[in-house]
Amino acid sequence: MTQEVKTYKVPTMADMAASGEEPEILFWVGCAGSFDDRYKRVTIAFVRILNHVGIKFAVLGPEEACTGDPARRAGNEFLFQMQAISNIQVLNGYNVKKIVTACPHCFNTIKNEYPELGGTYEVIHHSQFLQGLINEGRIRVKDGESFKGRRITFHDSCYLGRANKVYEAPREVLAALDADLVEMKRVRANGLCCGAGGGQYFKEPEPGKKDVNVERVEEALGTGADTIAVACPFCMTMMSDGVKNKNREDSVRVYDISELIAQGEGL
Amino acid sequence: MEIVQQILFVAALAATIWYITKRVRLIARAINLGRPENRFDHADERLKTMLLVAFGQKKMFTNLLVGVMHFVIYAGFIIINLEILEIILDGILGTHRLFAPYITPVYPILIDVFEILAFGVLAVCVVFLCRRFVAKVNRFQPERHREMTRWPRTDAAIILTAEILLMIAFLTWNASDSVLRDRGVGHYGELQGIVPDFLISHYLKPLFTGFSDTTLVFYERFAWWAHILGIMAFAIYVTYSKHLHIALGFPNVYFSDLQPKGEMQNMPEITKEVQLSLGLPVTTEPDGSQTNDNGEQPAEVGRFGAKDVQDLKWINLMNAYSCTECGRCTSACPANITGKKLSPRKIMMDTRDRLEEIQQGWKTNGDDYRDDKSLLNDYITAEELNACTTCQACINACPININPLDIILQLRRYRVMEESQAPASWNAMFSNIENNMAPWKFSPSDRFNWAEQVNESK
Repeated sequence: MTQEVKTYKVPTMADMAASGEEPEILFWVGCAGSFDDRYKRVTIAFVRILNHVGIKFAVLGPEEACTGDPARRAGNEFLFQMQAISNIQVLNGYNVKKIVTACPHCFNTIKNEYPELGGTYEVIHHSQFLQGLINEGRIRVKDGESFKGRRITFHDSCYLGRANKVYEAPREVLAALDADLVEMKRVRANGLCCGAGGGQYFKEPEPGKKDVNVERVEEALGTGADTIAVACPFCMTMMSDGVKNKNREDSVRVYDISELIAQGEGL
Repeated sequence: MEIVQQILFVAALAATIWYITKRVRLIARAINLGRPENRFDHADERLKTMLLVAFGQKKMFTNLLVGVMHFVIYAGFIIINLEILEIILDGILGTHRLFAPYITPVYPILIDVFEILAFGVLAVCVVFLCRRFVAKVNRFQPERHREMTRWPRTDAAIILTAEILLMIAFLTWNASDSVLRDRGVGHYGELQGIVPDFLISHYLKPLFTGFSDTTLVFYERFAWWAHILGIMAFAIYVTYSKHLHIALGFPNVYFSDLQPKGEMQNMPEITKEVQLSLGLPVTTEPDGSQTNDNGEQPAEVGRFGAKDVQDLKWINLMNAYSCTECGRCTSACPANITGKKLSPRKIMMDTRDRLEEIQQGWKTNGDDYRDDKSLLNDYITAEELNACTTCQACINACPININPLDIILQLRRYRVMEESQAPASWNAMFSNIENNMAPWKFSPSDRFNWAEQVNESK
């Protein structure tokens, strides 16, 4: 397939400020999106979509730092507030008004927990942002890969779903693809955690009979789906590991919703 | 004879009221051990939640059949209590069916409704006993859930059996009374033509037609007394039991969390420390109020997080007293499902048990007594706390909006900030965030390196 050479740009807030510009939206990449090899691909997919639809966006780049979420949930309030207050200094310094992020933990923390510490922004998750682009017709998901005949199941992230009641946006995004959407038994408000929240991602699980991600992946595989769609970096790792644990990595893939959209859009 | 019964009745009623008042005060005192927090804001939203979730039982209908069955008992509890008013007045005044002559046209309709509900309650209680002890619904089984020790199971059996016996007393009382009325015995006969047979107890009359008048009067009196004394005893029992949810469920839902489930409560006393250490102007006092001009230190900062029930908020303690140990939280908990020690129901039961233990201490050693035990370690272990994924499935599952996660997180805060007892890999994560601005050991200067790959083909 011949493809025209596109150049995608990733402007930083510092660049924008230097040229006296203000972006429409700040893309908060998050630690996983910046450092985790698998999730960097999600960051890149989302940046390509942002370029493709021509939105004036920026990232903080090296000025971004962990929101403090894992520290807070593990019980270290000091460290959380150090991170939060420093981040708020940076965000307010750039006069940021609207933030989009592909991480539900960053989303929840900035949206719900930063206001009390002096950081009030309009915060949306990338699933909501993509839903908006699709509804406005700015993404048609027609020019790329076809999803005909594929079965996709969506795994709800706790901090997107239960924590903030965002259940429809990721599903509407997936509905734009011409794939079959199949639901697991435990979905939406009853969705089963991937096992990574509350700091679990950063330690070995406590003794038990089974790992949570294996329990969840078994449920996902039970739907007969060939693609497990996620909308969270931690769910991404946990579900991918679960699929490997079940020796199904050849037939079942785990993708973030923005990757699927980028594939459908040929980006 | 009448007057003796009246005196006995008034005495029993007074004793019950006195005892329950004492119990309510004790429980209120226990709940007030918790830290203050204003939950009297947003009255409209709270009222709406209470109407939907408590009165409307919205969350019980997740499982439709169980929801309907629970609703029958709930409606029975609320509506049959109207009949208690007449029974109490009859008891005090020595009258018999006091209201019947005054509301003759509606009286049988009311009693019919009560009887239908009574029969419904009886039937559902039998089904619920079967679910627990015959069908062995997983969340009630001690083999699977270690918090379901002897007392919680006995408590459940006592509640269901007591309700069955009370309903039997009510229905057979009506039946024996109908037979006496038909026979025109004494004051029972005076209601002939005013009070007809009732819908359900009508079918029980053949049980009593073989009785002599004296035996029948004896049974009628026995059933009447058994019913009302049973209710009084049950009301007292409820204050010791998980069944307290029938009263506390309503305020518990009214005062439940309004913020998004994912939002953790801020600690303003730490904000001040952090602002000082970053060289920023201090904007809040620990109580959330604006700082005073001369920047004086606040009086005293308590401990960070919670070690014992006194460190929790009062709503956490009300949650514990409202919990009826149904185990929906535990059935939804990913840690518990996969065999970890954590059970959100146990967190709530432990909190209540700890409060009961403190009350016992007050009784035996005086009101100022403090023992050296604590909720953390003596009841809830680190292993349980560390297993939580903070997924909020427990909060979502609770039919009366109890929040076990809030207690777990406050106990974690104490362990990490006061005792530095985080698991080693969490300490590594903390130091990475502190030094590298990410939970992993990457250089912060590499944070933006991903952008170099944005134009590489896949």
